[in-house]
Amino acid sequence: MFYREAGDFSETYPQDSQTFPIKFDRYRYYLVLAIAIFVIPFMINDYWLNAIFLPFLIYAIAAIGLNILVGYCGQVSLGTGGFMAVGAYACYKLMTSFPDVSMLIHVLISGLITAAVGVLFGLPSLRIKGFYLAVATLAAQFFLVWLFNRVSWFYNYSASGQISAPERTVFGVEVTGPNTEAWATYLFCLFFVILCAVIARNLTRGSFGRKWMAIRDMDIAAEIIGVNPLMAKLSAFAVSSFFIGISGALFFAIYLGAVEVGEVFGITKSFTVLFMIIIGGLGSIFGSFAGAAFLVILPVALKLVGVDWLGWPTDIVAHLQLVIVGALIIIFLIAEPHGLAQLWRVAKEKLRLWPFPH
Amino acid sequence: MKMKLTTMAVAAVMAASPVMADLVFPSLSYRTGPYAAGGIPFADGYADYFNLLNARDGGIGGVMTSVPECETGYNTEKGVECYESTKGEGALVYQPLSTGITYQLIPKATADGIPIHSMGYGRTSAANGDVFSNVFNYPANYWNGASGAIKYLMEQGDISGKKIALVYHNSAYGKEPIRTLEELSKKHGFELTLLPVDHPGQEQKSQWLQIRREKPDNVIMYGWGVMNQVAVQEAANIRYPMENFIGIWWSGSENDVLPAGDKADGYKALTFHGVGDDFPVFADIQKYVVEAGNAAGAGDQIGTVLYNRGLYAAMLAAEAAKTAQEIHGTAEITAAMMRDGMEALVITEAKMAALGLPGFGPEFSVSCANHGGPGLVGMTQWDASAKTWSLINEFAPSDMDVIQPLIDEDSAAYAAENKIESSCN
Repeated sequence: MFYREAGDFSETYPQDSQTFPIKFDRYRYYLVLAIAIFVIPFMINDYWLNAIFLPFLIYAIAAIGLNILVGYCGQVSLGTGGFMAVGAYACYKLMTSFPDVSMLIHVLISGLITAAVGVLFGLPSLRIKGFYLAVATLAAQFFLVWLFNRVSWFYNYSASGQISAPERTVFGVEVTGPNTEAWATYLFCLFFVILCAVIARNLTRGSFGRKWMAIRDMDIAAEIIGVNPLMAKLSAFAVSSFFIGISGALFFAIYLGAVEVGEVFGITKSFTVLFMIIIGGLGSIFGSFAGAAFLVILPVALKLVGVDWLGWPTDIVAHLQLVIVGALIIIFLIAEPHGLAQLWRVAKEKLRLWPFPH
Repeated sequence: MKMKLTTMAVAAVMAASPVMADLVFPSLSYRTGPYAAGGIPFADGYADYFNLLNARDGGIGGVMTSVPECETGYNTEKGVECYESTKGEGALVYQPLSTGITYQLIPKATADGIPIHSMGYGRTSAANGDVFSNVFNYPANYWNGASGAIKYLMEQGDISGKKIALVYHNSAYGKEPIRTLEELSKKHGFELTLLPVDHPGQEQKSQWLQIRREKPDNVIMYGWGVMNQVAVQEAANIRYPMENFIGIWWSGSENDVLPAGDKADGYKALTFHGVGDDFPVFADIQKYVVEAGNAAGAGDQIGTVLYNRGLYAAMLAAEAAKTAQEIHGTAEITAAMMRDGMEALVITEAKMAALGLPGFGPEFSVSCANHGGPGLVGMTQWDASAKTWSLINEFAPSDMDVIQPLIDEDSAAYAAENKIESSCN
């Protein structure tokens, strides 16, 4: 009844080719944006920021990046942690070498540097596929972590090997360092999320996205009909690493503030982002957001329910988190392999017909 | 999103419940993960001591204490989340028991005005209270430990020309002693080999094969959690003489040596507090905590090295709270008052004896310039047949001629990078 395209006519070409053709979708999108930009910054406090919003926004960008590579282009990659580390260390070197340049520029350039590194490590994808490519990107993961641990130039020769983000401001407001306001860091990350999501949505809707999906579905057939596999695969790695690099830079500079590469950007980080897109839905931008929200909020919610509400010991709740996340991954892969995004799509389909059954 | 609604509903329920005016000492513990073997006894000791104070003395200065536990799994992200969730409850002091999390929290806690006590770990240069106004690491730090190990070896014989290997956890924690050991190696003329072990420390075959090949005269270990057990086992496998194997205080607890059985006999570890359960406070703990059924965790760690360390940390925090109450004349202290109490803390033998811990640790006083205490380090040795640690070398000072310039240099670099002004005058 509400969700229908009947009566909604396009009168111009831009209207016809817009991302959300159905009015309900459009208004829902505007409402979410309005709440995110105009309501949440006034209500946010340090705990909500650090426990939920910042990790969600930052992992959403990483999930979008990995979804482009794995979901849209079909190239399995386990190097996400390493690429986030590249973004973080690039941001650190830029911040310390050029203290007067705006953080916005630093984050974007970190993304570009990570894109270059991603293209380099994506070269094996031209020869190998699937499981073997996963192993090659796994090598990238371990190599990058080793590199940042070993070559002291990356952490400015500090004795501890840790990098920490010095204080920086954007338009006079602090966004890094310990004295930031919750709303400032939130809006800074939200800006990048909106930017990345819009870019990703439009890339995947356009010819790039179609080329990636053609490679994913059957790369030999795609090559026959004229899709250049070199350009398609490397561009997928480049765009994906750009997003993951931005996510890594934000993770280090805004969220954590100080990072030790072995612990923060290890193989577990790669798996976490991969699970986010699997649970959220491969090949879907909404799925990246859903998966990120799920895996960020679930441990916090379980901790609140288990420790604060039910009063169980902390180690049992922590173990239970692992059990539940693992069980959910298995359940999703069996019952709904296309993830939360598929549930969303099905819900929308049913809603279009509602109240009619068919 | 359903999860978010549930969280908000639960939070609303919590906000509606009444707030008790307790002295809050959050315990950022880890009872899961590869470092749980170390985290569990420490957290048990920490919680048991405050339970004892509540049951026997009615709290500190008449105000009950509470020790909310938050599971970090030795993970930095969860550490930040635990910090943010507990700081609003009136937290007085944070003891993250993780060098990584400490580095993370130093700027945040300083901005929020809450002190951090990184007892025997953390950022060593925080001993300079002029720069690190909210961070304390008394009574000893990692550089005291490294120097203490070298001094002990010098007492055994001349070390110039000898080979010493450092097996360290490849993180900020393990890298802490490297600068000091390099300076000491230049000063005393021994050859230093560095062997990093990646987290979590399960894979050490290559490092120990290298040791078997190079045959260093001594091995110093800065490990934690499962890395310690594996290292001791590997050392036993290559038949390395255990008396020449010295671990830092975080590598010297029962769970590190029990798995290797008799082959770990003679393994040495540094310490900055007493060992064993031969102190009157344990009788009190048995009476007021264990028999009342309030023992933390499984109650099986009482008297172990790390349990004692947790007890010591809790004792120091409680004494600092009492000092803060005296200075400010109120029993309901805030985090800022707690910081002042920690900075004015004086521990004497009489105080420790009155608390049931005679001779448990060194006498020391904290000052604005020195947040690191006296740096007195002793040596313990494991007896595999009796299954006990015993103190074989009394607490002795370390080489401050080497250490103090390093502290000054590192803290000056931190102050310059973060534009911190001198806070002591």
